Amino acid sequence: MKVRIDTERCQGHGRCYDLAADLFGDDEEGFGQVIGDGTVPPELEREARLAVANCPERAIELLEES
Amino acid sequence: MTVDDRFTKSFSETREDRPLGTRNAPVTGPVEDWATDFSHMEPEWAADPYPIQDDLRQRCPIAHTDRFGGGWLPVRYEDVAAIAYDTDRFSSRAIIMSNFRPPKEIAPIGGAPPISSDPPFHHDARKLLLPAFTKTAVGRQEPATRAFCHALIDAFDGRDVVDAAHEYAQHIPIRVIADMLGFPPADGPRFRVFVENTLEGVNLPPEQRIERMSALFDYLLAQVHEHLDNPRDDLTSYLINAELYGHKLQAEHVVGAMALLLIAGIDTTWSAIGASLWHLAKNQADRDRLLADPALLPTAMEEFLRAYAPVTMARLVKQDMQWHGVDMKADDWILLSFPAANRDSAQFDRADEVIIDREVNRHAAFGLGIHRCVGSHLARMELRVALEVWLDRIPSFSLADPGAVTWSAGQIRGPRTLPLRIG
Repeated sequence: MKVRIDTERCQGHGRCYDLAADLFGDDEEGFGQVIGDGTVPPELEREARLAVANCPERAIELLEES
Repeated sequence: MTVDDRFTKSFSETREDRPLGTRNAPVTGPVEDWATDFSHMEPEWAADPYPIQDDLRQRCPIAHTDRFGGGWLPVRYEDVAAIAYDTDRFSSRAIIMSNFRPPKEIAPIGGAPPISSDPPFHHDARKLLLPAFTKTAVGRQEPATRAFCHALIDAFDGRDVVDAAHEYAQHIPIRVIADMLGFPPADGPRFRVFVENTLEGVNLPPEQRIERMSALFDYLLAQVHEHLDNPRDDLTSYLINAELYGHKLQAEHVVGAMALLLIAGIDTTWSAIGASLWHLAKNQADRDRLLADPALLPTAMEEFLRAYAPVTMARLVKQDMQWHGVDMKADDWILLSFPAANRDSAQFDRADEVIIDREVNRHAAFGLGIHRCVGSHLARMELRVALEVWLDRIPSFSLADPGAVTWSAGQIRGPRTLPLRIG
């Protein structure tokens, strides 16, 4: 599983880096950034789903690997 | 020392150079039908707007008023979001629904950039402010904010009843923003007057409103001059020196942005802190749960922000058009109610209930789209610290007199009198 931020939609609310600080950080203007390549280890799947579900701009995608 | 000739004119002199806007005679008094005559300035709305919004959502769902020269009130999440995202058809040239529409010529900058700005200028004006308001940057204010909250509670010593709106919630954002702008903390009481004049004075006679706004801008200009003489590491000096497109900002931009930071940072956070304490004073089960499990506070806080979202914005329709079934005219107001969007049951399960462990909470308390509240990280820090310190110091509290609680009218809604029995 991977997370991805749509930078066109992100407005820097920061819900992702509040709720899933191991997966997301912020840039110097407060926009969300995926840490590393966005791979979600199994123990962080719940956090990843929380971040997706709480983004007011629906800017986070969860890519489930087949 | 060189004189900065951008700042030599007073606000009233600057105003004389500007094109005029349009004015309407204020209409006040009881609302007959909220679908055709709404007003967010009336006491019934201030006291409890949610039943009104719920009713409109069922039967309307875009209400109209002839007051304020004409405007619309969407109450569904979907409509509020669509307007927030549609900066082509809805302008931010005015964001406080009043009886005055500023002239079209002030777009795309507006009177208080970037909140009053439209694309493409908006992006560049906003970019100047963002670095000062990231979660990391505002985190530097946290120790002083916490110490200040403790000092406010220390001052309650020996009393049974305190006004949590007036004696606690209000002071926190005033102190924080005064520190960030580099204004004297002792000027705090004046800021409150500026805020009330701007946001709650919208139905005052125009001359009185102008006079009061001049007082705000003249105060800000005096602060600019003080900072020109004594530059320091704060937002005022930052704005004075900031550059856009290779030039320093125009005086109106500097002072307008200062006005925005001062006004928008105070009433809003004050309201959020007050409404959260009001809820907890009434709901012992929620209070007990937070005391037993402080780690739940960040989640609970988001629910307070959803259910009691303090901020409603406004827009102006750019051109005559049919929009979602209604006939909008150029320069009609849109009262953009994020509080109403947050209570739409099509978007939120059990939308009318406050569920402090609500895990999925895509609320719009800080707006949606390009105008997302630039101070949202600061507001969240202040709200969290204010509630943490209060719950730690005053774990037991209740409404001393529920009938004495009063709420502000207008676009920023929160408790203005909140007597709590403590201890």
